[in-house]
Parts: sequence; C-alpha cells; structure tokens
Amino acid sequence: MSGFQYEAPVSVDEAVGLLAGAKGLAKVLAGGTDLLVQLRTGAVQPDMVVDVKRIDELRQISGNAASGFVIGAAVSGSEIGEHAALVKAWPGVVEGMELIGSTQIQGRATPGGNLCNASPAGDCTPGLVAAGAICVVAGPKGRREIPVEQVPVGPGKTSLAKGEFVVALKLPPRAKNSGDAYLRMIPRTEMDIAIVGAGVDLTLDASGTCTHARVALGAVAPTVLLVDAAAKALIGSKIDDAALAKLAAAASAACKPISDKRGTIEYRTKVAGVLARRAAVIARDRARSNG
Amino acid sequence: MAGYEGKTFKWVGTRPIRPDGVDKVTGRANYGADMNLPGQLTGRILRSPHAHAKIVSIDTSKAEKLTGVKAVITGKDFPDMHNGVMPGDEGVNFHHLSSNIMAKHKVLYDGHAVAAVAATSAAIAEEALSLIDVKYEILPHVIDVDLSMQPDAPLLHDDIFTSGVNPKPEKPSNVVQRIQMQLGDPDAAFKDADVIVERSFKTKAVHQGYIEPHAAVAEWSEDGQCRIWCSSQGHFMIRTLTARLLKMEAAQIRVMPAEIGGGFGGKTIIFIEPTAVLLARKAKRPVRVVMSRDEVFRGSGPAPATSIDVKIGAKKDGTLVAATGEFRYQAGAFPGSPVGPACMAAFGPYALTHVRATGYEAVTNRPLCYSYRAPGAPLSSFAVESVLDEIAQKLDMDPMEIRIKNGSKEGTQMVYGPKLKAVGNLECLKAIQSHPINKIPLGPNQGRGLAAGFWFNLGGQSSAVVNIAEDGTATIMTGSPDIGGSRASMALMAAEVLGIDYSKVRPIVGDTSAVGFCEITHGSRVTFATGMAIIQASEDIVLQCRQRVAKMWEVDVDAVKWEDGHALPAGANAGDQKPLSLAQIAGKAARTGGPLVGSAAINAGGAGPAFGVHICDVEVDPETGHVTVLRYVAAQDAGKAIHPSYVEGQIQGGVAQGVGWALNEEYIYGEDGRLQNSGFLDYRIPVASDLPMIDAIILEVPNPGHPFGVRGVGEVPIVPPLGAIANAVARATGVRMTDLPLTPPKILAAIDAAK
Ligand SMILES: Cc1cc2nc3c(=O)[nH]c(=O)nc-3n(C[C@H](O)[C@H](O)[C@H](O)COP(=O)(O)OP(=O)(O)OC[C@H]3O[C@@H](n4cnc5c(N)ncnc54)[C@H](O)[C@@H]3O)c2cc1C
Repeated sequence: MSGFQYEAPVSVDEAVGLLAGAKGLAKVLAGGTDLLVQLRTGAVQPDMVVDVKRIDELRQISGNAASGFVIGAAVSGSEIGEHAALVKAWPGVVEGMELIGSTQIQGRATPGGNLCNASPAGDCTPGLVAAGAICVVAGPKGRREIPVEQVPVGPGKTSLAKGEFVVALKLPPRAKNSGDAYLRMIPRTEMDIAIVGAGVDLTLDASGTCTHARVALGAVAPTVLLVDAAAKALIGSKIDDAALAKLAAAASAACKPISDKRGTIEYRTKVAGVLARRAAVIARDRARSNG
Repeated sequence: MAGYEGKTFKWVGTRPIRPDGVDKVTGRANYGADMNLPGQLTGRILRSPHAHAKIVSIDTSKAEKLTGVKAVITGKDFPDMHNGVMPGDEGVNFHHLSSNIMAKHKVLYDGHAVAAVAATSAAIAEEALSLIDVKYEILPHVIDVDLSMQPDAPLLHDDIFTSGVNPKPEKPSNVVQRIQMQLGDPDAAFKDADVIVERSFKTKAVHQGYIEPHAAVAEWSEDGQCRIWCSSQGHFMIRTLTARLLKMEAAQIRVMPAEIGGGFGGKTIIFIEPTAVLLARKAKRPVRVVMSRDEVFRGSGPAPATSIDVKIGAKKDGTLVAATGEFRYQAGAFPGSPVGPACMAAFGPYALTHVRATGYEAVTNRPLCYSYRAPGAPLSSFAVESVLDEIAQKLDMDPMEIRIKNGSKEGTQMVYGPKLKAVGNLECLKAIQSHPINKIPLGPNQGRGLAAGFWFNLGGQSSAVVNIAEDGTATIMTGSPDIGGSRASMALMAAEVLGIDYSKVRPIVGDTSAVGFCEITHGSRVTFATGMAIIQASEDIVLQCRQRVAKMWEVDVDAVKWEDGHALPAGANAGDQKPLSLAQIAGKAARTGGPLVGSAAINAGGAGPAFGVHICDVEVDPETGHVTVLRYVAAQDAGKAIHPSYVEGQIQGGVAQGVGWALNEEYIYGEDGRLQNSGFLDYRIPVASDLPMIDAIILEVPNPGHPFGVRGVGEVPIVPPLGAIANAVARATGVRMTDLPLTPPKILAAIDAAK
C-alpha cells in the first residue's frame, strides 16, 4: 500500500470540493469494507481518500413509510437493521443490506458503498433497484437524482463523474399491501459472495391481484438487471403458480452471466429463475400481511 | 507402572481449563508474527507468476540500490544440495527441499519463491520486490494428476525415475513411485461375489486452512550463532532442516517455539525459516518474514488432488469377498504425496481376506503437497465408503449392518502388515447404531450417510523434564508444540503420577536448547508418546522422592511407598513415620541430594490405531443444489481420553474440516496454471453457521501400548466425513456423485442430468 492523502470533510460541499480538486485518483471512503481490501491488495491506488462518515446528512435515516424514507449513503448495515419502521416497510431492502458479511462488517458496511463498489454481486443493490430507489448525487454542478440502477455501469464502474458522490438513497412512498424480498444463493450460509441474487418488490390490490412489481437480479450480468418481463409476469396475476412459473422463465431468460470459479452459466441462469420465484412468494406473503 | 487396567484416575479424564487458555483469550499469547527485536527488518518473498518456467536471469541490482533495503537473496545464496537423499534422513531429499524454499534454475508452480528482500519497512520491501527483474522462459505445465502421468506430459524434473516398477525405467517421468500391498488373491476372489461395484473418483486439492500464516523471526550473531522464533509443528524439525539446508551445526541454532495458530499437518515442514536466516545474516539485523494469506495458499503445503478407482465385491448376505483400489495421488512440484498412508488406511475398517491397494504418486505444477490430518486417508476412505454404500443399496441392506458384519477387530490382518491388537472399531459402529439419530424420521430431500474411518497413529521420539520447585510445585517441559490442548493433557498426566493438584503443575514447551529432542507434533503422537515421556519423568521424580525419604527414615527404598502425593511407610517395618508431602520433600531437597529433576527420553512404540464412525443427515435443495448439514454424530475410540473436552474438540474440528472438504473446498486453477482462489472468499472453509452442533461420542478401548491406555485422537476424525457427507447426499438426491467437492453447481447439474 503506497501513501495517499486522507481527508475527512464534515459537509457535502467540502467533500465535493476535495473530490473535484484532487489531482490523480480520489476515492470516497464510507465503511471501507470494500475499499480497504482493494487498497491492501493494490487493486486500487488512490492519491486521495475522502472519508464521508463525518458528514451528518450521509449518516441519517429520515422520512417515513408514507412520505418515503431517505437513507444516508453512509448509514451502516446494523443501523438499517435496527430501524424498526424501515424494517417494517421495506424488509427486502433491509435483508439485502443485512446479509452483507458478519456482525463486524455490519457495523461498517453501507448501502452507498455496496452500490458504488459496482459489483454485479453486491447484495444490497438488487433490493434497492426492485424498490425503485432514487440516488441523490452531489457534485460540482450541484445535486441530481437518478434511479439506482443507473449508477453502476459495469463491474467496478459507475456513472458518477469526477467530483460526484452519493449522498442518499430515497425510497418511494410505501403503498398499502406492498411487500419486498431479497434472496441470494451462496455455497455457504454467510460470509460469501452471491452466485445469484434476486430482489422483488410488489403491491397487491384489495382482491390480491398484483398491481405493481419490479424484479431485479444480481450476479447474472455485468450490472444488476432490472427485468421488466419478469415484473410483467406478475402484474395482473394473483401471483399463483402459473404466474410464478412465467416469472422464473422470464428471469432466467434475462440472464447474461459468465462461467467462472463461482458458478457456471447454466447454473446461474437456472437458479436466477428459482430465486426470483421464491423471492416473489415471500414478497407476496409480506404484502398480504401488510394491509 | 501398573498399567491402565483396573486403574482409577484422579486427574486423568477430568476437564480443567487449559493452561494456555487465559493468555489466548486475552490476546497476550505470542504467535509467530508477534516477535519484535530491536532493529528488526521486514522480509518479503518474490514469487513466480508462472506455473512452469526456466529462470533465464534474475537482476536484483535495482532493488539493492533502493534506500532502506538491507539484503536481497536468490537461490544462489543457498548452498548446493546435490547429494539428493542423505543417509539417515528417512527420504528427505535436501536438493528438492532447498529448491522448494528458493527456486534454483526453474520455477515449478505459481507462487514458487524466486528471491527475497529485507528492508526497513514493509512498503520498501514491497517496492524492492517490484524492482527485481526476473526473466522467465515459460514452459508447458501440468496440473491434473492423470495428465501428469501420461508419457507425453510436460516433464518437471529430469531426476525422477519411477520407483517400484519392473523393469526400472530408463527415462525420467513425473511418476515418482508405484506401491502395492495385497492380501490373498482379489482377482480370483471377485468370481465369488454376487454383486460388484466399481467406480472412479476425482477429488481436488485442499488447504489445511490454519488461521495463522507462517511466520518467522531470525537473528544472526557475528559468532555464527542463530536464533529463530517461529510457529511450527516442530521446532526441532526447523532446527534440523535449517542446519542441513544452510550447512550449519545444529547446536549453533536455537529455535524458540511460538504459540501456533493451527497447523493440521501443514506446519510439519519448512518453508521460510532458512530464507529469514540468510536475510538476517546478510543484513546483520534480525528479520521477520510473515506470509500473506495469498502466499499461504500458493506457497505452503496443501493436501493432494486425487484420481481413484475402487472395486468391491460382496456376497448376497453382505460378506465382502474382495476389494481393490488404485489410488493416483498428485504430489506438488516435488515428491511428498501421502499415497502410502492412503493405501494403508483405505480399507482399514474392514476385515478382508482378498484385498489390494495400488498407489501412484505424480508430481505436478502445484505447491509442495504435504501433510493434512491423517495424510491421504480421507480421500481413499471416501472412495471406499462410497462404493460400500452403493453395495449396501444394491443388496438392499442397512449400511450399518454391512459395516458391522465386515468390521475389523482384534486379530484382523491388515493389508499393510500387522495384525490388530485391541481396537474400538466395532464399539464405535455399535455406538452409532444405537444412537437416537437413527430414530429421527427424514423429510423430503433429506438423506442419512454413514462412514467409518481408520488411522494408525504414530509414536516416536520424545523427551520430557519435570522440575520440582522448593514449594513442591512442578514445571514440566517437553519439546512438543501444543496444537490441540496437549499442555493440559501433559499437566493432567503429571498430576496423576505425582499425586499433586493440576493447578500446581505448569506445563511449557521448551526451545531446542532447553529440552531434549522431540519429533514433530504429527501422527496424533504427542499425548501418546510425549505423554509417555511425561509419565516416565514424573515416575522418575516419585522414585527420587522415595529414595530421599528412605534416606531420611533410614530404611530401604522399598519400605517407602507413594500415594496421593505423599511418601508413606510401605508397611510396619518402615516404622511409625508421618506421611511426607511432595512440598515437604522438596523443601528438604538441598539436604537430601540437591534439586529434584526428573527426566525421560524415549522412542515410544506401541501406538494404538484409532477408529471413528460418523453418521450425518443432510438436506439438499433440489432447485439450487445447496447442501445443509442437519445433524452430525461422530463416535471415536480414544483409548483413554486424558482431557475429554480436547478429544471432543479434535473430533469436532476434524468433522468441520471434513465437511468443508466434502462440500466446498478446492484449489481452482485457470488454463494458465495459476491459482484463482488464494483467499478465504473463494476458498470456502465452513463458517460456524454451516455446521450443526457436532455430537462427539468418546469410547475408551484402552491401547495396551500405553500406561494409561491412550491412543492418538487428532487425525482419524477427518477420515470419515467425506464419505459420510457424500453418502448422505447420494441418498438425499438419488444420485451418486464421485467428484469432490460437492458444490451446488455440480449437485444441481447431476440432479438435472439424472431427470
Ligand atoms: C468480510 C467481508 C464480507 C463481505 N460480505 C459481503 C456480502 O455478503 N455481500 C456483499 O454484497 N458485499 C460483501 N462485502 C463487501 C462490502 O462489505 C459491501 O459491498 C459494503 O456494502 C461496502 O460498503 P462500504 O461502506 O464498506 O464501502 P467502501 O469500501 O467504503 O466503498 C466501496 C466503494 O464505493 C465507493 N463509495 C463508497 N461510498 C460512496 C459514496 N457515498 N459515493 C460514491 N462512492 C462511494 C468507494 O470509493 C469504493 O469504491 C464483504 C466485505 C468483507 C470485507
């Protein structure tokens, strides 16, 4: 690990100034559970590291289910898991975040870091994409808001411009009879990287018919996939076996995975359908009990 | 010594806390990397990025000029070891050993050391490594054992000629040896079988996965003395091999044993200490070398990949009539694969009149393949237990019944030579047979697997010293690194013989200049062999105490007996003397002949073989291939459990590692021959939540070769898990898989293919 300049600004503007003015490579540091590993292996060699954990706005969860929650980008996994109202409204988003690492990692890892690390296998991102979360980005030209799925553009690459960083993630107002869920496939039971991940968010009407659905898949393409065809398989149905089978087929069809040391193309493709189906069942059952 | 029979123990068999426990949980214990000497430098090793290449040149001049760099070494700094195997060194080929520690003319695997530096900081040392210019000429490589055995395979060495074949080959090859052991005439006997199952198996290389990476600090004095602090399974081994490889005298080297953070066989050979010594000698300052996890995976001594064929024939009633196995074990870049023990242990749990085990060992472009608990046996056992399970299925027979029916017992002739003395195989089988797990009904996609395992265990050379202080407390010292709670067991055995409280006995592991020679901690030998030395050294103290008291009482030594830590008159003839405690005798030591020092130096024979029988329940997700281990029960014959908690710990640890081996652990190589998963993210050892509570059952069929009946317990628990898990998965899915590990993608593909 070679030397770099370390900064810990206390305001968004100060952080933007540092990032925009940095010579060479500047990296944002949130929990550091990805970045520190990359620094140690030499995979990333920044000239400046900007720690954003001292900026209040990034460390808060505000809002509520009806108005929509705003989650600071640098809130830790354990803080998210302890937020009762958030857990009640968005159990799928929360479980995606809480699956990350172990108790120790949970004290540090953040949703902003998971998103901006831009690993296709990140566990928090599919749930956020399924939820329709909006990303608040601050930069030299002020603030802009983009759908989360537009942040990662490839493994390790984001659409953020120089000087930009993520301030918060906004969840939409929560409709009645809604539920979400995230499932991942790992060979172990924890401390592992997803071979496939699936996030589903849906809303039912009074009769139990699905009126809204979003389905996101992780680790089956260069970025997290938002699969419209899979959502369409659910919308208008009672999320019965026939609809679930259609959903699974659509999810598998959308996969563009690679074969590597973690899994084969065939495996990822098949299991993406399985997990999407299982996540949809959990989301449906949560929606039914969430009147 | 009266022997174990009819003995009632006061301390042996109890569960006090371990003497090394508090320092470990408070973080005070010093491990290999914790030593810090004034002026100490950081040593780093440059490793080959190629699987097989000729070293054309190494230019270290730029690195040497970097400020803060105090020494740079390459293979040229190591003395030539052209003599090959030296007499009396039991097959250790010093040329190979030296070439593994630092490559000479060729690199033979991704991770092979080519140069090393010592510098004033880690950052400078790393920069120096990047300044070393190595020119390679890349050669074709071979990773797979079956491919390595082909006549046209890329050749690793020109000095390996297959041993054990007739006629002796004229051309060198990668095949190091062929071995064979046989009883009766299996080929003819197969004709009497009603059912024969023959299967081929493949398994991947695995790493022991010890948490502590290899670490050593070396200090060189101007007068040619050298001190080494390191964590290993044998600091005497480190001394012997460092002396040989650097052409030094053993007595000039003093090796201090650090606490060890796991070894499992992987720290029974030398990797970095000679490098640290050479750097310290050149830099004239102490040097610490600590491997990174990546280096541990790429450059230490993992267990082999294998390719195995097993054939077993049985009568309708389940009687086994014949069995053969061909075991092809991969060695690393140098010979050293445990195919011999693999052949010896494969059929160990079964009494067979017609059996043959054939073994082949072939070098490949991988790191040195070395010991891992019961070296070789888990793999050969996996193949045998899988075939046996299939035979039971074909005969519609209870898998337990077929094992009990054919189980080896006292008097059974083993394929490798001896006849068994008293052993606990049938006892273990019956303990599992009557365990409540058998009554738990299995749900859909669940299966129950059974497997038995055998391991010989070793004895060997050990020394011990018992020093009695003036207040009657005891310091007991051996040269056996404690990798499994052996200090607690040593203290219990000494307390038992001396008749004093466990808390009055302080066990330590002495350095190579402080205590007599001890062989490495391997072969489940320490509690057995070093324990025997402790018992004898304690008996030496008892005898000396009786002699001193006899002097005080002016009677014959036979008139003084030892009971409960006191000297007593043996009978009326000794007079009406009050008992004297060890503390009282020690207090008078100066007047009765000087310090009380007991010692023993032995070469222990009589190691008792160990058997273990495991049963487990798994559930396989039919849509993802994910395996959940629901329940696991392991029964094992310990002979005598000196400290039952640490026997249970050995059993549970062996199972945990075996489950990892069966399900997820594997060395993954790319087409380029480079290791792709040299870290714990993609090399998947089990995490705590992957395992159920492992129910360990200790049985005690005393080993007649030990005064307390002890058998080794540390290795056999890793033998059955591979077979037990594979059999459970086969029964859960209805598909018999023969390739380990049983990863979710492989299982799902097999389930789908069978549809
Ligand atoms: C032991 C261990 C286990 C793990 N297990 C999992 C797991 O199960 N699932 C999983 O998905 N991941 C896992 N991870 C990876 C990691 O913990 C997660 O991706 C985590 O969410 C990263 O968050 P962080 O705050 O630590 O990110 P950091 O390491 O601080 O940052 C990650 C990347 O995002 C950038 N970044 C961070 N915050 C911002 C921001 N606000 N704006 C712009 N860029 C930003 C950084 O510059 C960096 O490139 C594990 C890591 C470890 C060490």
